[in-house]
Amino acid sequence: MSFSLTDIVSISDFSREDIEAVLEKAAEMEKTPLAKKNKILENKTVAVLFFEPSTRTRLSFETSVQNLGGNVIGFADAGVSSTKKGESLSHTIRVVSGYADMIVMRHSIEGAARRAAEVSKKPIINGGDGANQHPTQTLLDLYTIQKQFKKIEGINIGLLGDLKYGRTVHSLMYALANFDKVKVYCIAPDSLKMPKSIIGDTSGKLQVKETSKLQEFLPKLDVLYATRIQKERFVDEFEYEQIKNVFILGKEILKNAKEGFKLMHPLPIVNEIKTELDNTDAALYFEQAKNGIPVREALLSILRDVKK
Amino acid sequence: MKKDDIRLMPISNGTVLDHLPVGAALKIVEILKLDKAKDAVTVAINTESARRGRKDLVFIEGKALTKKEIDRIGLIADHGTMNIIKNKEVKRKEKISLPKQATGLIKCINPKCITNIEKLATKFSLTEKPLKAKCHYCEKTISEEEIFKAIK
Repeated sequence: MSFSLTDIVSISDFSREDIEAVLEKAAEMEKTPLAKKNKILENKTVAVLFFEPSTRTRLSFETSVQNLGGNVIGFADAGVSSTKKGESLSHTIRVVSGYADMIVMRHSIEGAARRAAEVSKKPIINGGDGANQHPTQTLLDLYTIQKQFKKIEGINIGLLGDLKYGRTVHSLMYALANFDKVKVYCIAPDSLKMPKSIIGDTSGKLQVKETSKLQEFLPKLDVLYATRIQKERFVDEFEYEQIKNVFILGKEILKNAKEGFKLMHPLPIVNEIKTELDNTDAALYFEQAKNGIPVREALLSILRDVKK
Repeated sequence: MKKDDIRLMPISNGTVLDHLPVGAALKIVEILKLDKAKDAVTVAINTESARRGRKDLVFIEGKALTKKEIDRIGLIADHGTMNIIKNKEVKRKEKISLPKQATGLIKCINPKCITNIEKLATKFSLTEKPLKAKCHYCEKTISEEEIFKAIK
């Protein structure tokens, strides 16, 4: 297993070997009993600094640290930190890196994690920096696909919804481009299509097809990764009203789907997947969210021994 | 540099920027603040060029460019030539090329980028054909047109 990074800042820093090292370690973490893995971060302190609110990412990081026997320090809201007094991010990170062995952070400023990694002598894990990167989400998405289908190579995946602004689907495109023969079907209304720059960057590695009609490609898909279409993205409310129902998924999608078809979503779901799908075999999104634990445990475990 | 190119105003000592893409000369005057130069600066726009079809030139009397100035020019004058003139003779000729990285040369156009919030030098990786710059921090990619506007 070879892992080349000292910080987890952006999925674009990851080579295929780095991704595979994380997925392998995550699988190992999932099999290791708690009584054994709670020695991994023994006597280690992990700072979890959430300058902006989050539920799943923060809780799953804190759970992961505790599962590995580490101590958690930090805050869940910048209002209780010295940021409120006007301290710069660089200073906060330098100070906290003197207290902790690793720092997990989320910040609304884009590039905050990259800057933190420059000033911190301890590893940084980016739990989201504004609209830029959320690499641990992408890694857990890949882990979910790998675990479910026993492979990532050759997978047929549909990306549905807001592909123009969606951070998770952009990162997933770049990450999937590390694997061979992956077919990506980009399914979005015309105004929310996958940016040409991303299709250009991944062309030659991914086979990409674009459409606005889900039914057209549904029978080909192993997995459909749905994201929410936000009303505020539309200048024209009429256009939103026209398309919103096309992108709300219900049980009817299962009629045309192939056997073993799975539905993923980064959560939270607002109304884009009807609750009638929650208890079907296709729904993989709760399992996906749960996979955040072994993946984050894997990252914490790998970075424990990193010397910067 | 052919003799024909020096017909406008050959300088005695200084720098001649030749084979510049059309439109680059005035931008170079702006970013190097040559309008405030002590000595003469002559600009030729849209002149004939065997290599480029059309080109711009900038003649700067009494000035040698610093490394930082050359890098800034490299962003907009890729494949141009810089001639160092001493006593009306070309003493040295250098190709101007696009730097791989631009540190502190371009302002990030993303208002949410950390470089626009904390006092921090910007860093961009550059690729050509077409020219694009990617912010090291917020990872926003900016186009040639945006780069020209954002050069510091």
